[in-house]
Amino acid sequence: MPVTVRIPTQLRNLSANAAEVEVEGATVADALKALDGAHPGFGERLFDESGALRRFVNVFLADEDIRFLQGIDTPVADGQVLSIVPAVAGG
Amino acid sequence: MDTVHVQGLRCRECGREYDAAPIYTCEWCFGPLEVAYDYAAITRATSREKIAAGPSSLWRYGDLLPVQGDTAVDLGTGFTPLVRADRLAAELGLGEVWVKNDTRNPTNSFKDRVVSVALSKALEFGFKVAACASTGNLANSVAAHAARAGLRSYVFIPSNLEQGKIVTTSVYGGNVVAINGNYDDVNRLCAELADVYEWAFVNVNMRPYYAEGSKTLAFETAEQLGWQAPDHVVVPVASGSLLTKIRKGFDELYKVGLLDDEPRVRVSGAQALGCSPVATAYLEQSDTIRPVKPDTIAKSLAIGNPADGYFALDVVRTTGGGFSAVTDDEVVEGMRLLARTEGIFGETAGGVTIATLKNLAAEGVIRPDERVVVYITGHGLKTLEAVSPTCGPTATIAPTLDAFHEAFEVEKDV
Repeated sequence: MPVTVRIPTQLRNLSANAAEVEVEGATVADALKALDGAHPGFGERLFDESGALRRFVNVFLADEDIRFLQGIDTPVADGQVLSIVPAVAGG
Repeated sequence: MDTVHVQGLRCRECGREYDAAPIYTCEWCFGPLEVAYDYAAITRATSREKIAAGPSSLWRYGDLLPVQGDTAVDLGTGFTPLVRADRLAAELGLGEVWVKNDTRNPTNSFKDRVVSVALSKALEFGFKVAACASTGNLANSVAAHAARAGLRSYVFIPSNLEQGKIVTTSVYGGNVVAINGNYDDVNRLCAELADVYEWAFVNVNMRPYYAEGSKTLAFETAEQLGWQAPDHVVVPVASGSLLTKIRKGFDELYKVGLLDDEPRVRVSGAQALGCSPVATAYLEQSDTIRPVKPDTIAKSLAIGNPADGYFALDVVRTTGGGFSAVTDDEVVEGMRLLARTEGIFGETAGGVTIATLKNLAAEGVIRPDERVVVYITGHGLKTLEAVSPTCGPTATIAPTLDAFHEAFEVEKDV
């Protein structure tokens, strides 16, 4: 099932400057693993040593924060968009 | 001319260093970048006398800011009153309470501090457009400072914002973009827009510089107390940046020799119950901050996914402060308590702060022997909706003496 992953500027040196990458995967975790397979280096940037997402990495599936869904175990459907977005301050 | 004592940017999470550029996250771990200074140089450059001879604005602390003060985008922000609040203290059973009245800034909130610094830096970098994601106060301030600096502006807000905050943004003539979503949606959009447009997003790519402006609240507090740090401060928490930077401000004053004694300020955080991810983590003794969907009248604090939440949590824990999450009714009561006792009309965030002061005093976390400073960060006129249901004429009468006497019988002979 192809999923589109949006890559933020900070990580595009890993994706040959591509802003979007298509990967296969049934869950968010699968899709991000596939991203690391296609472009090695993403895994260690997004996940810490314990395999959890780093605490300043936000991942959105179809514009919803995956922490409101089932985290990295959230199922992804064909054609959905995953966005990797850094946390920002403000108010 | 002020010299800028900036060494570069450093990741708060992993310590990696970067040049002082318009960037905001670590490429390695996504942690936030923070300005790194040459404190030895600042120690040599600054003095209490030099500061006292400076302007009556935040730019008197130019040596401790990441921009050159003489090229600042300045509407006269800062050096706001620090008011001794004896009536409020008496009502809450406390001893020495002070209110830092930051409603007295050019656009009536503390955001003028961060925006003045951020847009001054944006001009240094050569940006032509200012932008931000905002819960309202930042919107006001970015629109006003952009007008002052001759920059074009794009301000992104949640569409359900208070009417007052929309009017007081759009009057400055920039673009105001209302998003059908909450602040966290707006913020995510801005993070993505910042990848596409070469604009100065004050809370995104200008964030390391922007956030430094909040330190001036601590600088002013200490100077106004006769170069002493208070014992305890109460700070409203949205993204957590303000609380973190107020603590940093006191520490820096000691580091550069402006305070004689090492500050031991206990820092307490204030959140509204309808958006309390940091307070919840504190109260549940959790190391994980779970994002929430905000539902509170304190819209200026309605950030469900607080970027600096972990740092704010750490500051409150390590300084021995406390946290409270207050209901919307308590917010309104807090606004009215401050107005009634001290003649200061703060916005809903101020109500959150005063309600937290009250709760923590009742719990014994804030003690009567402490010198306490509370930060009132925005003006009540911005959030009239919150108090208008409970505030109106005491009586409506005919223009006659009899009507008055009838309405105010009890007080006739007073």
